[in-house]
Parts: sequence; C-alpha cells; structure tokens
Amino acid sequence: MMSLPVMKAEGLTKIYGIGCPVCRESTGPGYETNICRECGAVVACGDISFELYPDEVLGIVGESGSGKSTLVKLLYFDSEATHGAIYINDSADNVLSLSPFQKRRIRNSRMGMVYQNPHYGLRMEVTSGGNISERLIMAGWRNIAAMRARASYLLRKTEIPVLRIDEPPANFSGGEQQRVQISKALSNNPSILFLDEVTTGLDLSVQARVLDLIRALQSNLHLSVIVVSHDLGVIRLLTTRTMVMKYGRVVESGLTDQILEDPQHHYTQLLVSSQL
Amino acid sequence: MLRVENLSKTFNIHILDNKVINAFCDVSFHLKRGEFLGLSGPSGSGKSTILKCIYRAYLSSGGNIWFDSAEYGKLNIATAPNHAILNIRRREVGYVSQFLKVIPRVPAIDIVAEPLVTKSRLSLDKARTRAGELLERLDIPPYLFDAYPCSFSGGEQQRVNIARAVIWTPRLLLLDEPTASLDKDSIAVVTDLLKELKYEGTTMIGIFHDRIIIDSVTDKKYEMNQGVTVHAAQ
Repeated sequence: MMSLPVMKAEGLTKIYGIGCPVCRESTGPGYETNICRECGAVVACGDISFELYPDEVLGIVGESGSGKSTLVKLLYFDSEATHGAIYINDSADNVLSLSPFQKRRIRNSRMGMVYQNPHYGLRMEVTSGGNISERLIMAGWRNIAAMRARASYLLRKTEIPVLRIDEPPANFSGGEQQRVQISKALSNNPSILFLDEVTTGLDLSVQARVLDLIRALQSNLHLSVIVVSHDLGVIRLLTTRTMVMKYGRVVESGLTDQILEDPQHHYTQLLVSSQL
Repeated sequence: MLRVENLSKTFNIHILDNKVINAFCDVSFHLKRGEFLGLSGPSGSGKSTILKCIYRAYLSSGGNIWFDSAEYGKLNIATAPNHAILNIRRREVGYVSQFLKVIPRVPAIDIVAEPLVTKSRLSLDKARTRAGELLERLDIPPYLFDAYPCSFSGGEQQRVNIARAVIWTPRLLLLDEPTASLDKDSIAVVTDLLKELKYEGTTMIGIFHDRIIIDSVTDKKYEMNQGVTVHAAQ
C-alpha cells in the first residue's frame, strides 16, 4: 500500500552566470565552494533530487547561501531551472518543459507559497480580503460574495479578526502579516505548500503561534509541505524528513530525528553541535 | 516478529578529527510475537543505542533488523527506505524514552489522546475519554489534564510519556528506561499496563533498572558485553 509522491524532482540545477561544462563537477561540498573555477558561474543548486509524499512535511536546512531558498523558488517556478525535471503526482511529463501559462496554472491550482518577507507574498496597500481574492481569481474564481466568504473563513482559520478584512496588511504587525500570507497561500486549497523561513525575524511568542498554526493546518488539511529553515528547532517541530544543504548540494537526507541525533556528514554534525 | 542479526553501530565523529566510537558489535537476538526482552548491562554498554537503531533514530553500521510488518511483510529496518520507516512508526512501532519529548503548548490529555486520533483513527472526543481514563489510572489528577506537561514533575512527565506509548497498542514497543523516576505505586500500575499490552500481543524490548518490572514482565534477558541470551524470569 505504497502511496505515490505528489512531487518528484530530478537533477534540479540552477546556475547563475554563463555556465560551462565543468561547473557542476568543480563545485560542491567536496570543493568547499559553489563558484565554478573555470567560468566563475555560481551553482546555486546542483543535481538535487527528492520525492515529496502526500501528507508529509519535508525540511530543508542549511546555512545562508546553501541554496535552500533557490531550490524552493525553482519548485514554485519563481525562478527557472538550468537543468532538471519536476514531476507532479504520477504524471510522466516534466512540468519544467511546459509553457509559462501551463506552469502558472499548476502553481495557481496546486501550490501555495509563504515567503520570509511578507512584502514578496502580499500587496501591502491592498486589503487583506483583496490579497486573498487576487489569488482566488487566478485560480478561476469569479463570484465576489463567494470569494469574500472564503477570505473570511481563511482569516478566521489563521486567527486574524475578520473585522480587519478590509484593512491592508501594511497596518498589521509582522506576525499578522505572516498569517495573512498563510491565508493567501491556502486560499486555492493547494496540495503542496512551500514555507521559506516563515518564522525568521518574528519574536518568540509570535513565532510559537505561527508554528502552532502551521502544524494545525497541516494535520487538518493533509497538506504536503516543504519547510525551509536554518532553525533546527523549527525543523524538529514541523518535519518528519529533512535534507541538509551545503554549497548548493544535498549533503545528507533522512528521517528528521536521525539527522538530528545521528548526523553522518561533517557539516550536519557541525550544525547539530552548534545548537544553542 | 523481530530478528536482530549481527547488529553493530559505530559513531564516526568528523568534528572531533574523525574519532570513531564503537557502541556495540555483533548483537543478535530474536523475539516471537508477544515476547518481552529485557536489555541489561552497565551504563555506556550500548543498550539505548540498540533501541534507537531498531527505531531508526540511529543508522545501523552493520547487520540486519528483520521486522514482521503488517503492511510490508519482512522488512529490514536497518536498510528500509525512509517512508517505509515513517509508515511503520505511524502504524506499528512505538518508542518511549526516559524523558517526555513532546510538542510544546499541547495539553497533557491531547498528548496522550493524539496517537489514537492519528494512528487508530478514533474521534477526538473518544480518544480524550480514553486518554483521561488512562491518566487517572496512572494517578494524574484530572485538574492537570489541560495543563502543559513541561511544567509537570519528573514522575508526572514519565507517566504521561508512558500513557502516550501504551494507549495505541503498537505491534512493537521499545522502552528506554521510561520508569526511572517513578515510585513503587506507579511502577505497579505500569507493570499492569505492560502485562495487558503483552496479553494483547505487543512485542516489547525494554531497558529497566527496576527489578520488579524486569522479573514480572520480561521473558528473556540480553546481557550487553557478554552477548548471550539468557532465559530468565518464569
């Protein structure tokens, strides 16, 4: 009774710069750099493959510059991969070879994204309800009353007073903005949710509420989630499997408790032992 | 039910100049359904490490751990893919340690009820009722049910921990000194609970310091270092 992955990535690579034939083989943890010695291009992500299963939370951990946010941008089509393939559900078609229009359709119907900086995910001067409706319109909704009802429902779910539906996120606190962003990301009922450092920069009690909210939503809605964080506490709390990245490569992957208790790679051991 | 063959574990610590620590080697034993094995040996002899290898919180360095899974049939836990391990942890294998490690900001009753909701698919109300009964048996007063266990005493935390482990009747349960700071009365209740689990067919491996538990529930003993299985207790 094995379930099929909801998303599969194969050899995903992102190179910033001209790129040359030796870029991938001359970078990575073995060379302690992600800059190609021949052409000077940066290999932000190199040959990354993984499977994401239904109702699973996968963590991506690593220091700044290790390529974790780039990887999520490739998966959400925010940025175009240099090589590689992404398969959604059990389809044999590489979605990266689809037209921009088709990619947008997949993104609007299947995916949700919450960025570290709410300015990327929200229009700060448009009302919260408007922000959510914008995404619903992209997913094909047209009835205004229905969109408003959906927006109220989501704001309630994410613990924002519905009274504030007509207020722009610019008036909100950092934690509230993050929760409006989560409402927006969930509005189209996505099956895959990306969370890129969503609690970084929030103070401790607000961080706890956002994390509790994410846990509750994940278990109620049975979402598949990819969580990017450099915070091992967040990874431990939210995820069941984890990939560790360094110099644009996955250096280790496994069950989260195994990664944290019995890390195999030099870098992961360093990371775990650096915990406060 | 479980066959451990020539299991070994070494830790290779890169950040200490590749220091190598041998936790144990060549451990073999097997258990039939409903059997209870007690692991014993001095501290540092690798007892907890064996349990963690069987739960796959540690990767084994050599050998096999054959588990009769209801879902997969014979499965080698030492090498099985991650999602298979996650599935058997969700449905078949439980682990309980000396310290309660749970998600913060969750009330005691929900910590205990949770496995019944996620693993046994019971409704939250029913799960809470059963969790409450179990906590009362373990002498946790009802006014503590909705409190967060991080503020509980050591013994209370351990009782919550045990309640969470036994409530869902796993097929295999690994117990790593879960009774270390319990008093006599609590140990008697825990002994009864473990006997009931055993009667329902749960296979168990445990580390205990308390002789009462060892003598009254285990069928076999594995002595670390000496590496032989001795039939003990009844």
